[in-house]
Amino acid sequence: MKYGVATSSAAEALFSNPMRSLLTMLGIIIGVASVMVMMSIGEGAKAQIEAQIASVGSNVLTLQPGNMNRGGRNQGGGSGRPFAESDVAAIAELPFVTAATGVLSQQASAVSEEANWVTNIQGGSAGYFEVNNWRVEEGREFTAQEVQSGAAVAVLGKTAVANLFPAGNAIGERIRVNSVPVEIIGILESKGQSGGGGMGMDRDDTIIAPLSMVRNRVTGGNRWVSRHVSRIQLLVQDGYDVIQAQEEITAVMRERRRIQPGDQDNFAVVNFADMIKQRAAAAETMSMLLAFTAAVSLIVGGVGVMNIMLVSVTERTREIGLRMAIGARGGDILLQFLFEAIALCTLGGLIGMAMGWIGVFAYAQIANAPMMVSPIIIATALGAAASVGLIFGFFPARRAAQLDPIQALRHD
Amino acid sequence: MTQAKPIISCRNLSKIYRMGDQEVRALDGVDLDIAEGEFVAIMGPSGSGKSSLMNLIGALDRPTSGEMWINGKALSEMSRDDLADLRNETLGFVFQQFNLLARQDAFQNVRLPLRYARKDIGDIDARARECLELVGLGSRMDHRPMQLSGGQQQRVAIARALANRPRILLADEPTGALDTKTTAEIMHLMQDLNRQGITVVLITHEPEVAEYAGRQIHFRDGRIESDTAHPELKRASGG
Repeated sequence: MKYGVATSSAAEALFSNPMRSLLTMLGIIIGVASVMVMMSIGEGAKAQIEAQIASVGSNVLTLQPGNMNRGGRNQGGGSGRPFAESDVAAIAELPFVTAATGVLSQQASAVSEEANWVTNIQGGSAGYFEVNNWRVEEGREFTAQEVQSGAAVAVLGKTAVANLFPAGNAIGERIRVNSVPVEIIGILESKGQSGGGGMGMDRDDTIIAPLSMVRNRVTGGNRWVSRHVSRIQLLVQDGYDVIQAQEEITAVMRERRRIQPGDQDNFAVVNFADMIKQRAAAAETMSMLLAFTAAVSLIVGGVGVMNIMLVSVTERTREIGLRMAIGARGGDILLQFLFEAIALCTLGGLIGMAMGWIGVFAYAQIANAPMMVSPIIIATALGAAASVGLIFGFFPARRAAQLDPIQALRHD
Repeated sequence: MTQAKPIISCRNLSKIYRMGDQEVRALDGVDLDIAEGEFVAIMGPSGSGKSSLMNLIGALDRPTSGEMWINGKALSEMSRDDLADLRNETLGFVFQQFNLLARQDAFQNVRLPLRYARKDIGDIDARARECLELVGLGSRMDHRPMQLSGGQQQRVAIARALANRPRILLADEPTGALDTKTTAEIMHLMQDLNRQGITVVLITHEPEVAEYAGRQIHFRDGRIESDTAHPELKRASGG
């Protein structure tokens, strides 16, 4: 096979009729662009979801009070009767619960010597760190004794630290949270954007303090429940069925809250990892749809390429005859037309990639998702285009190669 | 006329075309030997079978029956690729309609058979230039066919036919589209090439053109009607 003459002839044919080439490429362009957008969205969603599941933990359950109707008006999620610390203790004693914590949270304005910053304060017990998969990077967690005694200490997230102490060291410093002076004893490792609960929220923008201190001095008590917590978070033992755990906890809490059989729960046991997985499934459906679009478009584009290649073979029958007369083998002719089809599709692929990149960029802007254009995506998109050229170019190329030299030469 | 071993040899060669239920005997049991170094003109009215013979000698077509040898090799035993290589290495074609690639310049057209060559032929560009200089177009190598006159286009075609140093030059009505003066120039060039040892087989229906050849073979109804030697070659005037 003479590759040189095949490639140069193919390139020449491609640029001798640029408008036709471009129109032929259109299907490939759209196909490759959708392959690229699809894979980027898929990969981005996957990475995001993996990060979220890793940060939340797939075996974390959260108990929230149900909605409350006051005067016929729904007060929204979590407005119902809160839980008590005794509920937390009861749940912590369940055999499949590794750790549990009550949580009280509130928006808070924090003031340091240098700056002030509006963030949120989370009151939790010593198990809070384990359940929420928080690791302390600097300093230490608060202890069970400090939770017991209601010590005025706090562990801060990276964003809160950066805003309150732009100059430097925060450990050992005092800040005031809603006027309550607190000592900073630790700084958390960064978790980045968006947790299961708060989409697009900065999880590093937080202050974590002992539950009792937060209740007594920041949020205040509850009228109906003493030693209340607004949420309970717990960690299910590794290997234990989370659905099963959800059911058992529901049963325990129904009893503790004296809900009659047949009545609705006035609380909910939520698995955030499940919610994330549902979002993952939605993203996957989107990906599948785009994959289907891409496949259809590539096939339609391939048929277009095949059509034009057949026209081209017919138009250039005489040229093929001449090439054969001066010594081109069937294989040389086959390669020439195959290269032409592949070049057509690859060029279309490159244009499609440029458009796909714009699409990915636009999607990232609109959906606030990370942009993922990996070399694998580029290779797949280009490879798909070239394969379409190879597959749909083969039939016309073989037809050209099998022409009878004398009939081709005599063709008008 | 030299009596060397035949470079082209045909025995009982027949070519039958079917047109509907009619059978057309384009060639009907032709025996022919052409020796190396001959300049043969094949003549005859249209439909006499001269073009069919040319296609067979050119290894572009296969006979219905009979056998032929080129350079001692039986064509019936050769594959499609072998025939392509034979056309590339041993044969050179010149057509009535020149058959140059319109999008390529003279130099690229002459290079084409060199690029398809499977044997090592050294510097392709140098050989293409050499061939164009040989036909007197050294100064027009970057001209496309459209920018050349008919005679010049046919010279490019001859240069292309010569590129791979063929043993046989096959010319099918090479002057059919040219005026008298240009015809003389082209025929003169062919005589020069023949003197350098290339066997030339020329198809024509014009007696004046056939005059340049050393041997004239007349065809009628698929058979050889006459085969005569013309030792006194016509000299090209001008050119």
